[in-house]
Amino acid sequence: MSAFTALLVRDLRLAARSGGSAALALGFFALVATLVPLGIGADLKLLARVAGGVLWVAALLAALLSLDRLFQGDFEDGSLDVIALSPLPLESVSQAKILAHWLSTGLPLTVLSPLLALLFNLPGPATLVLVISLLIGTPAVSAVGAIGASLTLSLRRGGLILPLIVLPLLTPAVIFGAGSVAAVMDGMAPSGGLGLLAAFAVAACLLSPFAAAGAVRLNLGG
Amino acid sequence: MQILFQYATPRQFMRISGALLPFTAAAAALAVVLGLWLGFTAPPDYQQGATVTIMFIHVPAAILAEGIYALIALFSLFSLVWRHPLSDVAARAAAPLGALFTALGLVTGSLWGRPMWGTYWVWDARLTSFLLLLFLYLGYMALWNAIEDEIRAARACAILALIGAVNLPIIVYSVEWWNTLHQGESIISGKLAPVFLWPLLVMIAAYGLLFATLWMIRIRTEILKRRARTLMMSGS
Amino acid sequence: MITSLTAEKLACARGDRTLFEGLSFCVSAGQALALEGANGAGKTSLLRLIAGFLTPRAGRLVLKTPEGESDDSEERGRAIGWLGHQDGLKPQLSVIEQLAFFAKLYRSNAEPEAALAEVGLTRQRDFPCRYLSAGQKRRLGLARLVVSARPLWLLDEPFAALDKDGQALIARQMTLHCGRGGILIAATHEPLGLGNASIRL
Repeated sequence: MSAFTALLVRDLRLAARSGGSAALALGFFALVATLVPLGIGADLKLLARVAGGVLWVAALLAALLSLDRLFQGDFEDGSLDVIALSPLPLESVSQAKILAHWLSTGLPLTVLSPLLALLFNLPGPATLVLVISLLIGTPAVSAVGAIGASLTLSLRRGGLILPLIVLPLLTPAVIFGAGSVAAVMDGMAPSGGLGLLAAFAVAACLLSPFAAAGAVRLNLGG
Repeated sequence: MQILFQYATPRQFMRISGALLPFTAAAAALAVVLGLWLGFTAPPDYQQGATVTIMFIHVPAAILAEGIYALIALFSLFSLVWRHPLSDVAARAAAPLGALFTALGLVTGSLWGRPMWGTYWVWDARLTSFLLLLFLYLGYMALWNAIEDEIRAARACAILALIGAVNLPIIVYSVEWWNTLHQGESIISGKLAPVFLWPLLVMIAAYGLLFATLWMIRIRTEILKRRARTLMMSGS
Repeated sequence: MITSLTAEKLACARGDRTLFEGLSFCVSAGQALALEGANGAGKTSLLRLIAGFLTPRAGRLVLKTPEGESDDSEERGRAIGWLGHQDGLKPQLSVIEQLAFFAKLYRSNAEPEAALAEVGLTRQRDFPCRYLSAGQKRRLGLARLVVSARPLWLLDEPFAALDKDGQALIARQMTLHCGRGGILIAATHEPLGLGNASIRL
């Protein structure tokens, strides 16, 4: 097993054992999706219209819940020092942590989304596009989120600042993701939105490990 | 670059900015008065009526809002790549001013929209982009305030500003894409008659001078604050 | 293997405060160096500076190996075994999971089970770390140091939280490390007992 896999497996193990952060994210996702019809009324037509946007925003917020701990736990108990001195470059460390976060939150959220789409009366083809868009887009959420997590890792109240700096950066993901669902609803092809979303996600996943590694390095000097 | 930075020390900055300040302040005041006078005496537009006057306050604010973010990104690059401490101070001092101009642009934009669109807010692509720009400013300022250690705060914020600058064109593009998808309204565009162009240009200059003046004052304050703290530490 | 670590006129500052300046020393293979000084004197900062987490305000650190010498902090980091004042352990992971993870992360051939036996934690092998006492955690930290198989040990208060047996244990490991030709730098309030040099910050 390589150093990268070792770190990935350890982070997944920690996610599974610390009160099930995946379960928390899923619960939050489902709860927000339940509250929206209670807030705006049970008109099935209206719900189908807003489903793409609401589920995308809810999934984004649910994924952010556990992001602030991405580096913070390791920083507080000193593991990050030991990890930083390992042969694995901090860029790869960030990649492993982003992947672990996606596998433990983004992927389960994507899997749950068709069930919630059912509650919103979203038609089959649109549901398929929603699932595809979440599958493409949630890695970008974990990747851009990792930048925010690394910048705020030394802050006791980092969890409060993190959404403020990460959410504006993630607007393109929401727009392209929910937009491709809306396109299908309007009888248009979703490929344009999905393509742009994929481009955004690839760029985010390629660039953010470098930014996150830089931010971790500067915080280790503390 | 190194040669440039040799001159961009706090001491040099205090000297030069101290000499410049009275002039930029006076020029800013003069330009504001002249611009407003030109603006308010301009004839009403045949399409927009008297509301065109708001544009003289709105457009320069919008230009400054974007320009200041670019400046912050530029100084963040100096700070990260060349570890130039005065750049940190400059970037930090510019942020609240940028946020202020962005907010001014949003408020005047929606005041202009009320008679034009019949509502204070429409999800127009430009207005929406500016709202997101305001959030980028607020996040940047929040991070500055949250991190106690100043060197660490400066470098973290520099990383954030650069990420924001890379992402900003993508955000603007995505908002435009979203706007065509949802077929929102667009701002009426047309050629500007010279009667409107002159007051606009003067107001842009006025805003620029005003920003330069306030920016220098904020940088000077920060430098003096740091000097005072160093004196306090060495005294104790 | 490394031949020596040399510090040349190091200066370190935190914010506006200068912790130390003009600090020079040289530690050769098989030697230990103790860092002494009051709280806040900069012992931990010096360790973090050697590890490359902090950059010195002035001066440089040179690592000599049989192949040549280098003042690159990244390269130096690859030689370092780190035991900070925190043990870097996760409450949710078992003792052996923890140790096996570090061995893989450090691409080390050392046997985690053997290291556990060395520090007397074999019986606690499958315990989650949250059930360990402070002293046992320190012992596990020591096992991690042994498993990481690095030539330059940086230790922050190695004797903290340890009982008599634990202190003897770590002293033994430190002697073994120096005997193998390793270098050891420790911030400490107690004598290391290695016939070592010491610096007062």
